[in-house]
Amino acid sequence: MDARRGSLPVPRVRQVGFFTPNAQPAPTRSQSGPPDSSSPPLSDSPASNSLSPVMIPPPRHHSDNLAAAPRPTSPLPVPEPSPFRRRGADNNNALLVGSYNPAETLLAMSPSSSHVGDGESEETMSGGWFRRSNSGKLASSLPSGTFDFSPVQSTAEALKPNKVQNPVGISEVSARPAPKEQQPEAPSSSKQPKPKLTKAERRALQESQRAAKGGGKSVAAPEEVATIKSVKQHQTQKKDAPQVAVSVAASERKGGDKSQEKERRKDAPAPRMQFDDKSRVEKAKRRSVVDQTEAKKRVELFRHLPQYEHGTQLADLESKFLQLDPMHPAIYKVGLQYLAGDISGGNARCIAMLQAFQQVVKDYSTPPEKTLPRDLTAKISSYVSFFTQCRPLSMSMGNAIRFLKNRIAKLSPSLSESESKSSICTDIDRFINEKIVLADRVIVQHASSKVKDGDVLLVYGSSCVVEMVLLHSHELGKQFRVIVVDSRPKLEGKALLRRLVAKGVHCTYTHINAVSYVMHEVTKVFLGASSVLSNGTVYSRVGTACVAMVAHAFRVPVIICCEAYKFHERVQLDSICSNELGDPDAIGKVPGRMDVNYLNDVSNSGNLQLLNLMYDATPADYVSMIVTDYGMIPPTSVPVIVREYRRDHLLI
Amino acid sequence: MPDVQALVNDFLNKLKKRKIEGSQATAKQTAELLRSVISQQRVPYTNQAGALIDSVRAIGEQLIAANPIELAVGNIVRRVLHIIREEDLSLTTAAVTELNLSTISDDDDDDGGGNQDDHPVLSAAAVAAAARSSLRPPSLQMLLEGAPEFVAVPRSSSSGGDSEGKSKSMDRNSRTRKLKHDVIEAVNELIQDITTCHELIAEQAVEHIHQNEVILTLGSSKTVLEFLCAAKEKKRSFRVFVAEGAPRYQGHLLAKELAARGLQTTVITDSAVFAMISRVNMVIVGSHAVMANGGVIAPVGMNMVALAAQKHAVPFVVLAGIHKLCPLYPHNPEVLLNELRSPSELLDFGEFSDCLDFGSGDGSPLLHVVNPTFDYVPPKVVSLFITDTGGHNPSYMYRLIADYYSADDLVVQRRHSAVN
Repeated sequence: MDARRGSLPVPRVRQVGFFTPNAQPAPTRSQSGPPDSSSPPLSDSPASNSLSPVMIPPPRHHSDNLAAAPRPTSPLPVPEPSPFRRRGADNNNALLVGSYNPAETLLAMSPSSSHVGDGESEETMSGGWFRRSNSGKLASSLPSGTFDFSPVQSTAEALKPNKVQNPVGISEVSARPAPKEQQPEAPSSSKQPKPKLTKAERRALQESQRAAKGGGKSVAAPEEVATIKSVKQHQTQKKDAPQVAVSVAASERKGGDKSQEKERRKDAPAPRMQFDDKSRVEKAKRRSVVDQTEAKKRVELFRHLPQYEHGTQLADLESKFLQLDPMHPAIYKVGLQYLAGDISGGNARCIAMLQAFQQVVKDYSTPPEKTLPRDLTAKISSYVSFFTQCRPLSMSMGNAIRFLKNRIAKLSPSLSESESKSSICTDIDRFINEKIVLADRVIVQHASSKVKDGDVLLVYGSSCVVEMVLLHSHELGKQFRVIVVDSRPKLEGKALLRRLVAKGVHCTYTHINAVSYVMHEVTKVFLGASSVLSNGTVYSRVGTACVAMVAHAFRVPVIICCEAYKFHERVQLDSICSNELGDPDAIGKVPGRMDVNYLNDVSNSGNLQLLNLMYDATPADYVSMIVTDYGMIPPTSVPVIVREYRRDHLLI
Repeated sequence: MPDVQALVNDFLNKLKKRKIEGSQATAKQTAELLRSVISQQRVPYTNQAGALIDSVRAIGEQLIAANPIELAVGNIVRRVLHIIREEDLSLTTAAVTELNLSTISDDDDDDGGGNQDDHPVLSAAAVAAAARSSLRPPSLQMLLEGAPEFVAVPRSSSSGGDSEGKSKSMDRNSRTRKLKHDVIEAVNELIQDITTCHELIAEQAVEHIHQNEVILTLGSSKTVLEFLCAAKEKKRSFRVFVAEGAPRYQGHLLAKELAARGLQTTVITDSAVFAMISRVNMVIVGSHAVMANGGVIAPVGMNMVALAAQKHAVPFVVLAGIHKLCPLYPHNPEVLLNELRSPSELLDFGEFSDCLDFGSGDGSPLLHVVNPTFDYVPPKVVSLFITDTGGHNPSYMYRLIADYYSADDLVVQRRHSAVN
């Protein structure tokens, strides 16, 4: 630490403290050093003591932040990883988010960051980091408005008065150019305390700050109190006017610790709801719109996944239609379609959801005393949880939601409501177009270049991209045969078969058990995917793993076609830990086979359980190639794509 | 023997129309049919064994041709042929021993003295060795005693069973009834074995299934059912995942039966096998036939299960009654030992009939439906065979099989076609 401290150039330290754009690029490691030495040791030093080893956001982000710095957005406590990582940084750069207590953020952020998953934690940490550094300075600088740092640095007692003055400070903070003005003053202030603080001292400061926070809270501006309530319910907020936002940001963080976590669970991918956790399930039930009866006989191994009596939700939902006034009809319709299985397939579900959201945005009008971004995001979150109750979201949908929320949060506050709405709508359109439609076209071009005359292609289930590949290759006049492998209970292959035969493609149809029989003649296997995880695991319709395994055993190349927006940074090793359970009764019934009725009457006996898994995880070893909109890659390159293009997904 | 011919024709019809399901039923009925054939067979005074073998083989050929996929038929035909040979041999041996004894008594008169003890022992050993050698590889004892020259002579006389000079010298009256009777007795035993093989296999269940085990099986097999229930009866509690085994969905039947007997049973789709196999401790499946190389002909989908089990290092255990052991080595078994069932099990005819049915016209049909019945599981993915005689490695199956069949019968059909 000492060596570091010595080596660091002072101006850099200063910049970090004062939110000038070029302050950000300083790597965290160096940042963790300076706080000890620099002006705002009050808040920073304890944090750096406890957290510095974990908080190493890659330098790149900082430089990104730099570019994006002037964006006037507010810090969002939303759990979503990348967007907010960035945004948090931006805020901190551009805005003075001074009104909240540094100690608070420290307390609030650091524990939460330890809870969340990898991608997220990075974000929160870096966000937390920035906030922390800000808050120390801001808390001190704001109250006076003169940017006099001396009171802050001296003792914690100094904070108390500051806190009281917060309301005053807030209005001043809103002026954006402020940071620049502050800059010149920084060096002197930052240098001062360096030698004085020992660990014990810092400790003491932290303690006192905590105490100060209590005091500050009680004195906190009345306007804050008003906002807190609304904020607590909504997870993501955005301010039109900086003034409000500042207070909100603060208040939200105050109330936020718990609710934040809950919200995270709701729409962040990382720690999923585990349905064997009784108390949590109870809680979720109370919240839920859809009254679902949990299936009684459940497979022991899958207690952590939700399983509902099929059909109970649908009737209930229908009866509730009139009571659910906050629910937009478009959302309601799509939800019902999910529930009934009318819309299935990753792309279709995603597009349906986005279009429903688009409809919502079009019909949206900001209620009085609320701001568009905040209220809309909250609305969307509630819709998302409604969708989740209808059917667990796919990972691709999670990515799309993340994108949408990010776009909403990033709306320029200077835009009028109609402008914001149209901007969101075009963003949604663009996402659908670029990430799904155009991506599919690119994939089709890549993949059909792999189809040669005389090929025998094996496809499993029904993937719309694979179907497009086959049809495109057929249109190109390539001579090939297709083997459609299907499996119960969905028999999605039949529909695909019908469409292919209608186009005049030579097909062979069989069921998954016979896959070893047909694999002898197969030259390539084309498979779709619901999601590709960053360890290369392909998460797809159940049975895909079997087909890939047999193909691997027969030395047949397996080609996965998957849009890059379906890539996800989560990892998974087996198909048990996260999966989706379908209607178990579908297993017992074999449509069109009157002779198979063994399970018609026994489905309620105690010892017999039916398990209808929806997905499985194909190990990366079985995958020869993944065709995405970024080209054809080996499964080992998935994490690279995820990392390199994640920001790209969100910004487009 | 018109009634026998009627029986045979009836059985042939059933086989051709695939009315008989399951190798055990087929095996049993084949054995019963052959028993009645043997009992009705008029035995000539000379060369009785030869006559029996010829008639059994003639009928066997027809049976095998009626359903070449049902290997149990061929197995039982070979087993019966083997029984005839063995019975004939044991009779011959007995006769030879008698002869030897008589010659020895003659020798006694001639020589007397020290040679007396030595000679009969040697000849008895030689006869015993000869008896074994016609069916089995030479024993260690024989190799040690080094009497190869004795082997050659009796083998040529006994193995064909049609050397007339030998049988002439036999006591005809006693042998005529004796051979047929013995053969029928032995076939009865065989039938008994086939019916009770489940129990013998099930007895070994406790040695393989431990408490809290998770077992995966596919399709339905009576042997598996009995095996699991036997373990259950011994107070073991374990869970069973049953893959349903489309398109016949026999797994539903098995699951229902298992649940009725108090086992924790979960039905999964065949496609979920890979997802579930990582939580499974052992895969126990039935088989259709076991080939001499240790490969298994099993219900369709089994190869997938076996590969998944291999990937996750889960033991893949095959239960097989003795009647399922086939002395043939498979060649391209996925195709040659397979049977394609009706597409109607997969697709409704109404829906795709216009695509399916111009096979008779000029162009090739746009749509094929493949619905095989069996899968071939190569020996390298099988961990263990459990037969009524115990557990065996796949690599040992050829040897086990050699105990039950005689090498002369391996090819039932070829000799016939050569004659034709």
